Amino acid sequence: MGKYRCPGCGYTFDEEQGDSHEGYAPGTTFESLPETFTCPDCAVRYKEDFEQVDAEAAR
Amino acid sequence: MTTTYVLDHPEKGRIEYRDRKRYLWMSSLFMPLFPMLGIFLYFAFDTQWALAIPLLFSYFVIPLLDYVIGADENNPPEEIVPQLEEDRYYRLLTWFTIPMHFIVLIAIAWFVGTQPLTVWSVLVLAITAGSYSGLGINTAHELGHKKPEFERLLAKIVLAVPTYGHFCIEHNRGHHKDVATPEDPASSRMGESIYKFVLREIPGAFRRGWAVEKERLARQNKSVWSVHNDILQSFAISAVLQGGLIIAFGWIMLPFLALHNFWAWFQLTSANYIEHYGLLREKEASGRYERCQPHHSWNANYIFSNLVLFHLERHSDHHANPTRRYQSLRNFDGLPQLPNGYYGMYLLAYIPWLWYRVMDRRLLELPHIQGDLSKVNIDPDQRDAIVRKYGQQQTTAVPA
Repeated sequence: MGKYRCPGCGYTFDEEQGDSHEGYAPGTTFESLPETFTCPDCAVRYKEDFEQVDAEAAR
Repeated sequence: MTTTYVLDHPEKGRIEYRDRKRYLWMSSLFMPLFPMLGIFLYFAFDTQWALAIPLLFSYFVIPLLDYVIGADENNPPEEIVPQLEEDRYYRLLTWFTIPMHFIVLIAIAWFVGTQPLTVWSVLVLAITAGSYSGLGINTAHELGHKKPEFERLLAKIVLAVPTYGHFCIEHNRGHHKDVATPEDPASSRMGESIYKFVLREIPGAFRRGWAVEKERLARQNKSVWSVHNDILQSFAISAVLQGGLIIAFGWIMLPFLALHNFWAWFQLTSANYIEHYGLLREKEASGRYERCQPHHSWNANYIFSNLVLFHLERHSDHHANPTRRYQSLRNFDGLPQLPNGYYGMYLLAYIPWLWYRVMDRRLLELPHIQGDLSKVNIDPDQRDAIVRKYGQQQTTAVPA
């Protein structure tokens, strides 16, 4: 399970936790998010803009 | 006492920044005195004319102060922004304004409900209260963009005062995504008067906000008609507040609150109208619009009105970094600039022929447009007239 970060505002989608407020259950893969997905915090960045967070670097 | 932010940058060396507006931001705490000022003067001088003073201040004195005091030279260096964001002083100011909005509406409603006033005085007071509640929408805008849950809750609460609970959802997830495109009901088009725009903006914003919330709740397997609906939560507070005022002060509250609510919404309409007038993001080959660029917002870098509006007028930076706090927003050279602060521009917008006269030329002269009407968001009903007026000039122009 990975994490994906919005390069604009830093919002991070953690596949393990999902995002309950947005209605994405724990275990939701980033891949399975709709193509229209925009950053829930800033709405400036699209799904394809998100960057995978290196698990090692994040630690 | 001053606070200086210091950073030892590995390449740029020592960076220092002192926010000269730091304590001026406290003026937000005194803003409620303005709508109340007319009432104090009414009791002091026993004349209903005093009630008009706050509105005169907003629409004539603020534009004048913007003209006289002028532009704001303060601009935090990008490297210092994280420190500014962390400084809790700034956010506390926004939090403290929340109860003021409830107090001011209740106080003015009490005054309207208990004093022998002419119809004109009630109208003036409803518009005055509405203007201040419009500032409440501005504060909700500041707080609703922030990540902490608590600040989003405050935004939802203050939006209950003007009964505009759908704003933050619609604005963050709708307007910021679609800004400066023909699809956005909150971006005005060239040739569209504010009176036409408002009929598209207010219903369009509600529909989009509701649709976004319905979609979110559907993902949670919940009905849109549930207690988890953030819009309905805010409207429930509105029902208690405004229902309570009707019970307490009688039928006069119905027209008073209706005009108050409308005027607060119309303040937002006015801001939306001037913030992106005619600006258009280009469509990329993929069919998607290019990302919102700094030249897709009109800015006004005036000290005074920016203090009233928590830097809303540094609008390009806001759209580039929507979650950034007001104290960190920056001005840049070469951005589309309005010739006065927002309050002065609202007045101009209310007189459409004058607005077109000032703004249409300014719009077409922007460096990324240079008279190219294909780069302008044009009202379809006005397209032919605009092409006749401005398109001809371009084709007949002889290169120097």
